[in-house]
Amino acid sequence: MKDKAVAKKKHEPLFHVVKRDDLAWWQVWLIRGFTIVLGVLLVIFFSMMITGKSFDKTFDIMFRGVFGRLMKGSTTMLWKYLQEIAILLSLALALTPAFKMKFWNCGAEGQALMGGLASIMCMIELGDRLSYPVLICVIAITSILAGAIWGLIPAIFKALFGTNETLFTLMMNYIATQIIAYYVYIKGGGSNVINPVEAGNFPKVGNNDYFVNIVVVAAITLIMYIYLRSSKQGYEISVVGESQNTARYIGINVKKVIIRTMVISGALCGVTGMLLVAGKDHSINVNSVGGQGFTAILISWLGQFNPFIMAIMTAIVVFLRIGVAKVADTALLNSSFSEIMVGLVILMLVGCEFFVRYSIKFKRKKEAKA
Amino acid sequence: MKQCAIELKNITKVFGKVVANKNVNLTAYRGEILSILGENGSGKTTLMNMISGIYFPDEGQICIDGEEAVITSPKDAFAYKIGMIHQHFKLVEAFSAAENIILGLDEGKYDLKASTEKIRAISEQYGFDLDPEKKIYTMSVSEKQTVEIVKVLYRGADILILDEPTAVLTPQEIEKLFAILRRMREDGKCIVIITHKLHEVLSLSDRVSVLRKGEYVGTVKTAETSESELTEMMVGKKISLNIDRSEPQNVEPRLVVEALDCCDRSGVKVLDNVSFTANAGEILGIAGIAGSGQRELLEAIAGLQQLQNGSIFYHNPKTGTVEELRGKTPLQIRELGVRLSFVPEDRLGMGLVGNMDITDNMMLRSYRKGRGVFVERKAPKELAKSIIETLEVVTPGATTPVRRLSGGNVQKVLVGREISASPTVLMAAYPVRGLDINSSYLIYNLLNEQKKKGVAVVFVGEDLDVLIELCDRIMVIGSGRITGVVDGRNTTKEEIGLLMTKTGEEGEK
Amino acid sequence: MIVQFLCRAILLGVPILYGSTGEIITEKSGHLNLGIPGIMYVGAISGVVGSFLYENACGNDIEKMNAALAILIPLLSSIVGAVLMGLIYSFLTVTLHANQNVTGLALTTLGIGLGNFLGASLISITKSELPSIALTKTSSFFSVKAPFADKLGPVGELLFSHDFLTYLAIAIALVASYVLNRTRVGLNLRAVGENPATADAAGIRVSKYKYVATCIGSAIAGLGGLQYVMAYASGVWSNNAFGDRGWLAIALVIFALWKPSIAILGSFLFGALCNANNYIQGLGAETQELFKMLPYVVTIIVLIITSMRKKREYQAPESLGLPYFREER
Repeated sequence: MKDKAVAKKKHEPLFHVVKRDDLAWWQVWLIRGFTIVLGVLLVIFFSMMITGKSFDKTFDIMFRGVFGRLMKGSTTMLWKYLQEIAILLSLALALTPAFKMKFWNCGAEGQALMGGLASIMCMIELGDRLSYPVLICVIAITSILAGAIWGLIPAIFKALFGTNETLFTLMMNYIATQIIAYYVYIKGGGSNVINPVEAGNFPKVGNNDYFVNIVVVAAITLIMYIYLRSSKQGYEISVVGESQNTARYIGINVKKVIIRTMVISGALCGVTGMLLVAGKDHSINVNSVGGQGFTAILISWLGQFNPFIMAIMTAIVVFLRIGVAKVADTALLNSSFSEIMVGLVILMLVGCEFFVRYSIKFKRKKEAKA
Repeated sequence: MKQCAIELKNITKVFGKVVANKNVNLTAYRGEILSILGENGSGKTTLMNMISGIYFPDEGQICIDGEEAVITSPKDAFAYKIGMIHQHFKLVEAFSAAENIILGLDEGKYDLKASTEKIRAISEQYGFDLDPEKKIYTMSVSEKQTVEIVKVLYRGADILILDEPTAVLTPQEIEKLFAILRRMREDGKCIVIITHKLHEVLSLSDRVSVLRKGEYVGTVKTAETSESELTEMMVGKKISLNIDRSEPQNVEPRLVVEALDCCDRSGVKVLDNVSFTANAGEILGIAGIAGSGQRELLEAIAGLQQLQNGSIFYHNPKTGTVEELRGKTPLQIRELGVRLSFVPEDRLGMGLVGNMDITDNMMLRSYRKGRGVFVERKAPKELAKSIIETLEVVTPGATTPVRRLSGGNVQKVLVGREISASPTVLMAAYPVRGLDINSSYLIYNLLNEQKKKGVAVVFVGEDLDVLIELCDRIMVIGSGRITGVVDGRNTTKEEIGLLMTKTGEEGEK
Repeated sequence: MIVQFLCRAILLGVPILYGSTGEIITEKSGHLNLGIPGIMYVGAISGVVGSFLYENACGNDIEKMNAALAILIPLLSSIVGAVLMGLIYSFLTVTLHANQNVTGLALTTLGIGLGNFLGASLISITKSELPSIALTKTSSFFSVKAPFADKLGPVGELLFSHDFLTYLAIAIALVASYVLNRTRVGLNLRAVGENPATADAAGIRVSKYKYVATCIGSAIAGLGGLQYVMAYASGVWSNNAFGDRGWLAIALVIFALWKPSIAILGSFLFGALCNANNYIQGLGAETQELFKMLPYVVTIIVLIITSMRKKREYQAPESLGLPYFREER
């Protein structure tokens, strides 16, 4: 009798997973913050492993790799860091309204490339024909338009036929890449490089190349925060994202919202393309966006649709990217090591959401049969 | 002496803060039909899910054939020859019936033909009408249920649990099902049927176990009990409803529906030549078996359904004009000045957004107000506050996501919002489903108040007692057709029940 | 000329076929694994590392190398690398219910980084002057052809002149097709992807199926990376050379309507489309770039057409991309 009970007991699960009641916001961010700290420590640990340097030394290289000689008054590296944040953040911001609507826009890369293409075309073709202010305006308008169109195409099919947007937007990326390759080949004379174009560059402010980019993205961050939180369109986006049934019930034209939101998302990606081309590289190639469209998806998701939190997340990711690359660099290792580390930290953050939503309940020790 | 098939000892199951089952004890024997009776939310389904391995009990024991059994998965349940037919069918829509039936089995070589033959044999034995090669997504509800039952029998189950099997069936189909169940009982199987319909309990089962709010109340033999005793066990003490009903005043047509036809996506007619009038200052009840077209009818009026035929006329009390609502979107209907409020059946999936707080849910109806591009949150906030106060919504605050509120409080929020728009037409689908007695009465009172204010109230209900005590007129719908309209003051449950079970053609006369 | 074109199309198509067969198996369990491109990178680099170590252990002397080991070591290390990636993905998405798209994309970042980092490290170890690492000896074992291929003329060349990984790819796709449609395991797996709650109620261990399908799918996809290095690139690894073939593999899944048997022909078509630019007379280099977008355009068209027709049999598994938690309330 007793043996049987013991034997049976083995089958009982040791623990099971239950859905949590909602945690308070600070508890949630405690979990996430803890994960980030843990992640950064792990990154430093791995960096120490491959370089054989001490903790202090590793952190020092990372820090100086990102901020340069900030203590000695040199801000060059800092501006570069901010610039990198600006580009990645602006892509993430562009994706956010679409994600909030539960529309998986995986096409930031392509939309930004098309925006960049429009910019470079204006710079090359119209550079010597238009006055500077007009040129800048034309660049802005065409870039926004190009990105918007690239976002509009999948949106129309999603709205009309429910075509899977994840895969559609992914495919659009590669079409954009090939168009860029085509254009670069023509303009680069077969060299796969377009030499930096002088016309239509964003102005330097002070001695700073990137000031305009940073200000533009800061403005977009603020505007996006207000748009999502307080505008009627932002409200419609949340309702459509939460429940299309409810949206229909209160008379929202779901198709219209899908299309409108994707036009906005694509247009903002187009802006990023413009910032990349007119504000930074003054040229374009197939790697101009460099896979940041995908990182932006992760940032937008990790930031929980809040632009300010997204900014913090971007700062962390870019810090790791530059810092770890520097560490690898000083040890004469390939800088792709930083991609691995960024991937690792993001995977940890993705995993930690589990503990936000669920808790593990261990089976209470059952007293012997009464 | 009958053999004990299932014995439950002190079963407790908790979800978050909700106690679904508390110290439940229960026994079922072979060769009998046991009914588990209880109101919505009394924990019947949770209890049965623990026997079939969907959930695992937090505390207590399950014994099968007198021995303690640990059932951690449906597979374990099959091993004990337990089969459950869920209320929401667990079928793979893209598969054929045969594929669904053999799903998850391990009987050697995969041979669909042999299985098909076996299915045909079982169908013949018990008198099912089933084509094993038919794909599920082309099947009717009753066909799907047949697949579910055959699936369980195919696995050799001799303990069958059926969760509200009659809710979606026509009376003929119910009779057929009961005949099959009786045949199984004679085969020596143990059959447990979950229900909240008393007459089914009395006509079918040998014994009845009653649950109330997750707790086990007791078991009685059907032959030795009565409807009133069972009701008392189910609801605690005998309650006469005593819903106030005032005399309708200033009755005039508000909504005139003529010859509506509506097809669902697969082209099946869900509304067939539906005509009726909803009057201002009165409550029109709509009775019928679940899924007879009630949802489509209300959605059609609200502008959410594509209609093949017919018209919906709204008599505007302010201007005296008559507006055609058919073919208009909800927004266009609003812009016509039609104050139509609609409490849909699916509260968190349609009427409210579960992840938003009460204030933001108030805005669903009003966010378009004002000219600017920004939403205005002040008025909705006030509204949220006043609803929380006047309807006594239990919530930590106006910023709590509504999905965290209990069913009754969710409904108060929804009804409160719909009424706050001072409507001229108020449609409510199953507004008291899953609510406790107090919340239910609050809703009845709210509906009555609206009626006194001269609103045309349309109330879709399932409890006939409530319909009879609350409504001025009751319209009965069966298979998408109107089978009759009766006066709420001098009708009987029997009369309505009869109309519900009529097919459309008879009712038209 | 035509035979050469077709052979080339097949050669180009095979990595994509591996990738999409793997992805089909994964998607049949209800998981959209956008980590496939990264997994294919890892499969490739693991194979490269394996064969690098073996070549070194043999003192870089082809005489000392055993044919069976030269093939098995890279093959197994490729599979192990890919399966580890698959395990990370399934642990996060199945056990921790993480968002599939986000996990997949992060995994792709990780995988490509891993490939390039290890590749660069190997390159620096060999002190090679080129930014690539050549494993031509191992590759020569991989690209053994049937001896009678040359004697049978063009048909023989078309049918029998390929490396064994090409035939393995076709065999795997056919087996996958058979398993999915004609076996109990396949039926169960499809049920898991269509409706996990139903599968669960039927006693199928949903999590196990998801894990196994994802890991087997990853292993197969990883082989695609290996085939690319060993057969297509003749054993030469250079960073980023694998390119966007992983995404093409995901595109092919849609194109093939989630059927491995169609994926075989589809992969050759994709190979041909990727390559058509080189064989059409009189194309400028710039137009060739435009031609390279053909596979993506075709995929989009297929995506649109299937979504318009809404035929049940041609759709993705019903609960693709949705997490499953049994006690969800």
